[in-house]
This record gives sequence, C-alpha cells and structure tokens, in this order.
Amino acid sequence: MENLVLYLLAFLVFPGFLFTSTFGLVVSWIDRKVSARIQWRVGPPFFQPFYDLFKLWQKELIIPRSAKGMAFIIAPFIGLAATSLLASIIGIINLNPEYQFVGDVIVIVYLMMIPPLAIIWGGFSSGNPLAALGANREIKLMMGYELPFILAVVTVFFKVGSISLGEIIQYQQVHGALLNHPSMLVAFAVSLLWLQAKLGEIPFDISEAECEIMEGPFIEYSGPLLGVYKVMMAMLHVVCPWFLISIFWGGTSMQGWGILWSVLKFVFIIVLVIIIKNTNPRVRIDQAVKFFWGWVTLLALIAMVLMFLGY
Amino acid sequence: MRSIIPIGPFHPLQDEPENFLLTVEGETVVDIDVNIGYIHKGIELLAQQKTYDQTVFLVERICGICSITHTVCFCNAVEDLLKVEIPERAKYIRTILGEIERIHSHLLWMGLAGHFIGYNTVFMWTWKYREPILDMMEYLTGNRQSCGMLKVGGVRRNLEDSRFPALLKTLSEMEPKIKMLAEAVQDDPVLKARLEGVGVLTKKDAIDYCVVGPTARASGVDIDVRRDDPYAAYPYLDWNVIVLNGGDVYSKFLVRVLEVLEAIKILRQAVKQIPKGDFLLEIKEIPPGEGIGRYEAPRGEDIHYVRSNGTNFPERLKVRAPSFINIPSFTASCIGQQIADVTITLAAVDPCYSCTERMISARDLSGNKKYSQKDLLEISHQKTLEISRNLARPADLPKLKKYL
Repeated sequence: MENLVLYLLAFLVFPGFLFTSTFGLVVSWIDRKVSARIQWRVGPPFFQPFYDLFKLWQKELIIPRSAKGMAFIIAPFIGLAATSLLASIIGIINLNPEYQFVGDVIVIVYLMMIPPLAIIWGGFSSGNPLAALGANREIKLMMGYELPFILAVVTVFFKVGSISLGEIIQYQQVHGALLNHPSMLVAFAVSLLWLQAKLGEIPFDISEAECEIMEGPFIEYSGPLLGVYKVMMAMLHVVCPWFLISIFWGGTSMQGWGILWSVLKFVFIIVLVIIIKNTNPRVRIDQAVKFFWGWVTLLALIAMVLMFLGY
Repeated sequence: MRSIIPIGPFHPLQDEPENFLLTVEGETVVDIDVNIGYIHKGIELLAQQKTYDQTVFLVERICGICSITHTVCFCNAVEDLLKVEIPERAKYIRTILGEIERIHSHLLWMGLAGHFIGYNTVFMWTWKYREPILDMMEYLTGNRQSCGMLKVGGVRRNLEDSRFPALLKTLSEMEPKIKMLAEAVQDDPVLKARLEGVGVLTKKDAIDYCVVGPTARASGVDIDVRRDDPYAAYPYLDWNVIVLNGGDVYSKFLVRVLEVLEAIKILRQAVKQIPKGDFLLEIKEIPPGEGIGRYEAPRGEDIHYVRSNGTNFPERLKVRAPSFINIPSFTASCIGQQIADVTITLAAVDPCYSCTERMISARDLSGNKKYSQKDLLEISHQKTLEISRNLARPADLPKLKKYL
C-alpha cells in the first residue's frame, strides 16, 4: 500500500506530471525567448506559457460534428499519460540508478512512440482532411526517424552490455560519460536529429506546417483539449532530452554541484534544438524521410561499426 | 483516392481572403481551382463619380503596397490622353518613390516567402531591414504608405534636396545586408533543396500565360516596362533588367533580391541627377479622348485605361493589375507538385488579390439570359433548400416542411 502511494506520487507529482509539466512550460518560455532574440524581437515575459495554458483551460470545448466518437477526446489524455509515465520512469532511475525497474530502455523507447501515435489518432478522428493529411505525414516521419534512433540506442546496449537504464547510468558513473567515445559521439549526433523530429521542431515540423496545412492534426482541437496537447508537447521537451542525457551523458544528479551541471547539460541540448530550429526552413516530407533513411541511418551504422572496432 | 484540400478563404498562407481548391491524390496536386471575389471594392465604378484629382487618391487605395504604382499608372494614362510632357523634376521624383516602393515590396515578399517555408528567422530579419526604407518614405513624403504625392501633371509636393543625403545613407547601410541575404540564399543547402526546381514555369508557359514582372523574368522572358515603354526618368538612368532562366521559386527569389540591388543603383543615380525647377504642370481641363498608362509594378506590368468625355469626371477607368495576369499561371506551375511545394509556388508570384478582384456577371448556358440580382438570390435560396433537404437531421424536417 505504501508503495502504491509512492508510485502515485512519482507519477503525479515528482518527477512525473506536475514537475515535468512545470519545467516543460519553463522550457517553452526559453524556446520562445531565445527564438525571439535570434529574430530581433523582445519575446514574451516569463509567465506567458502559464497564462496561455490558463487561457486555454478557461475556453469553451468545441467538438466538431465530424469527429469520430470518443477517440477525439481520449487521444490527448493518452499522450499525456504516456509522457507522465516516461517522466516518472526516467526521473526515478536517474535519482536512484540501483532501483530495479521491471522494464528497461526498450520500454522507454516504446512509450516514447505513444505521444506521436496519440497525435495521429486524434488527427484522424477529427474528420478534417487537413488533419488527416497532417497525421499521414506524422506516420511517415515517425517511420523515418525511429529506425536510426533505435540503431543508435542499440549501439549503447552493446557498448554497456545491458539494456537497463539504471545499469547504463551506473556504467557511466564508473567509466565516465559514454560521450567520451567517438562512436558514441556519432550515435549522440543521430539522437539529436531524432530529437528535433520527435519534438516536431523545424526543419521537421512537417506534420504541423502552419502555412501549408494549418497545424495539421491539431486543427480541430481547441480549448482544454488543445491545452492538454500543449502540456504534452512541453513535457516531451523535458523528457526526450533527459533520456538522451541519461543514456549518453552520465545522467542527472541531485547532489551539490551536480544539479547545476545537470541543468547545464539540459540547457545545452535545448538551446541546440532552438538554434537548429531558427536557422532552417521546413523540409518536405519526402526529403525528411530520405534524409533519415539515408544519411542518418548511415551515420548510425558508422557509429555501430566504430563501437565494434573499439572506439 | 482524390480529396479536395481548400486553401482559404481564411488561411495563414495569405493575408487576403481568397480560395484555392487543390484536388490532391495523396500529397500530389492534380488540379487547382482559383476562386476570388471576396473583397471586391468597386473601385472602377467609384472612379466614375470622382474628379480626376480625387481619383488619384482613390486608385492609391487599390492596394496597400502598390500605392505609388497605381497612382503613377493612372497619371500616366491621363497624361497620355492629354499628350503632355511633365516637368523633369517630377519625373525623377516619381522614379525615386517608385523604386523605394519596389524595394520595400520585394523585401516584404522575401520575408513572407521565408515564413511560408517555415523559416521565421528570414521573415523577421528581412522585415527588420525593410523598416528603415519605410521610415525614409515617411521622412521624404510624410507617410510610410499612401503618401498622396501624385497629381496629374506632376507631383503634389516637392521633395526637399536637403533630405536626400539621409536616403543615400540608408541605402548604403542597407546594401550590404541585401547582399548578405543574396549570398545566404545562394549558399544555404537546405533552402536550395526547398526552393530549387519547385513550381517551375517554363519559358513557353510563361509566354503562353502572358505572365509579367519578376514571374516572367525568372522564366527567361525579357520584359520590363521601364525599359520597353519608358516613363518617368528611367531612360536617363543606367540600370539592368534582371533575367534568370530557372523558372522555379528559387529563381523568382533571386530575381527579386537582385532587383532590390538594381533599385538601390537607380535611386543613387536619380538622387544625383535630379534637376532643380518646376515639379507640377498646371492642367486646366481634360479634353475628350482616351489614354493608356503602363507601369512596372513590383509584381509586373500594371495598366490603367482612362476615357474622358470632356467633363472633370473620367467616363471610364479600367485597371488591370499584374496579379490578374499572373494568377492563372498556377495551372501550369502547381499541377504535379506536392502540397508542401504548392503553398510556396502560390506565394512565389506575389499575388495581390485586392488588385485582382473583378465583378462577375452570370449568364445561363446559352449565353442569352443575363441573371439579375433577384434571379441569383432565388437560385441561391433554392440551392440552400436542396442542401438542407439532403443534410437535415430527421428532427429538423418538420420545421423545413413549410419551405419545401
């Protein structure tokens, strides 16, 4: 019983939903502020993402007549639940690497596919041709970016000799961060490209594409449901970089200077994402898939070969 | 499977209401239908109720961006009717204003093009570079836009010579930034991948569809009213017509960047050579007759036709703006493209719908009967009833019964 309360706390408060969503909204403020400075604008005040969310939650919920059943309403919550679960798993293992979790990195990779699937499901069920087109693009993009990323993660498995996230972090505490190896650096580069596509940022925001298909799958969403999606995306902006730090960069620590160092790692990755986002146009879906299946997969294979050669 | 993707009437792609219906198979566009008519303002009829001096202010409001274009074009038409030569200084002033307008219009388009392909940094930066040139317009004429400078027979107000050095300073500050932009466009591999070979309008298609302006010049058609049928001070200045052969969006982008550089060159010479003296020719009365004005707008050739019956109201004003000619070329450039490419291809001719709006007169299939407003209303009511009959929920049918 005590365990159940602890699990619920981990899922709902720290490091799950409440902590990650708050942190995620701060990250979205960083995103908007840095983008604004790059574009010679002033940018929003610190609490703007919170105001926006508050506004969305007060608004009327409109469900279009063309929407199919409950799927339209459930989809955002499934995405949110999956992201909260991810946050609690990654957070707990980072706090206590000895903790034996029934699942492993493979479970995490699976869970990470659920938010895009929720977006696709919600998009298709909204009954709007533009949303269907956006969901269609999201499927193609997902097929593109997951292959090289899984190759990169498998490279880590072979290097460490384990598929448990806790053991990967412990290995790095003993031997130093995996990033010190050239092969892992290449795998990390692959993962950064994956991150860009996963977070739906330019150049891979193809499924949303404001000027082409008007936010694609989100077009029919409004009010609280859109707010749920916004929170989910904000949380993904925390969870995905956190996962990359865990498997490549020694994980995060909560003791002494470790906190500052962890935050710095995190900010580095997020700022990198923002800079890539602001210095590139959106690519076409066929170009994106070609890019991921061609160059990025090649890069992932190179990482694997380098790793087997002992670099 | 075919489906129809609507772009507009309200869509982030364009600021004006218009409607494109893209018939798509998957992501490939197989047919396109253009519907306009959402913002018809009735300018041509209004012009018949205004004096020539008032009409200048009216045509200035055809388009927010081409305010100099339409006024100069209208003045050219009336001066063609009158067969008068305007003072030299007025010619130079018209050239200066026109080229400032060309610079800011092209920069505006480049920013929007960046926005349409998701490159918001380009959007913000070009609009930042555009700001000083609009400030300069205000400094010279008193207004950023719609400055009310033109009058039949010359210009309404003089430009002070003492203000030209500030213009030259702004231009020299702007030039390196535009050059940087031109280099960035040519060097950026992602931008190139996104724009090159997209929405190609071949030279043959360009001639067949009679496209004008940068759209034609990017397809290798060497036309420019400023050179072919000179007006204002262009014959006295040394400048080049930019012609590229690609026909794709990338060429259209490059043509516009290079034209901005040419415009800077023209402005420098015009400011240097501008003569002193009169700037307005007194026009007493307008005799019966007709005249045509041509003007190279930032988007292409603009034509105004004016017919006078001797009174001080024009009997007929006819405006043919460049977008009216350029928009039909979408049929040639968009079919076979992907949706992602079609959006930027639609934007690449820099369409302006407020100039393009036309009245539509409806006739029956034999072409004999012309429908009046009352007839059309009745047809519309019948159609609404038919739709409600097909789509109505069973619960609503009793309410509809009395109409059926």
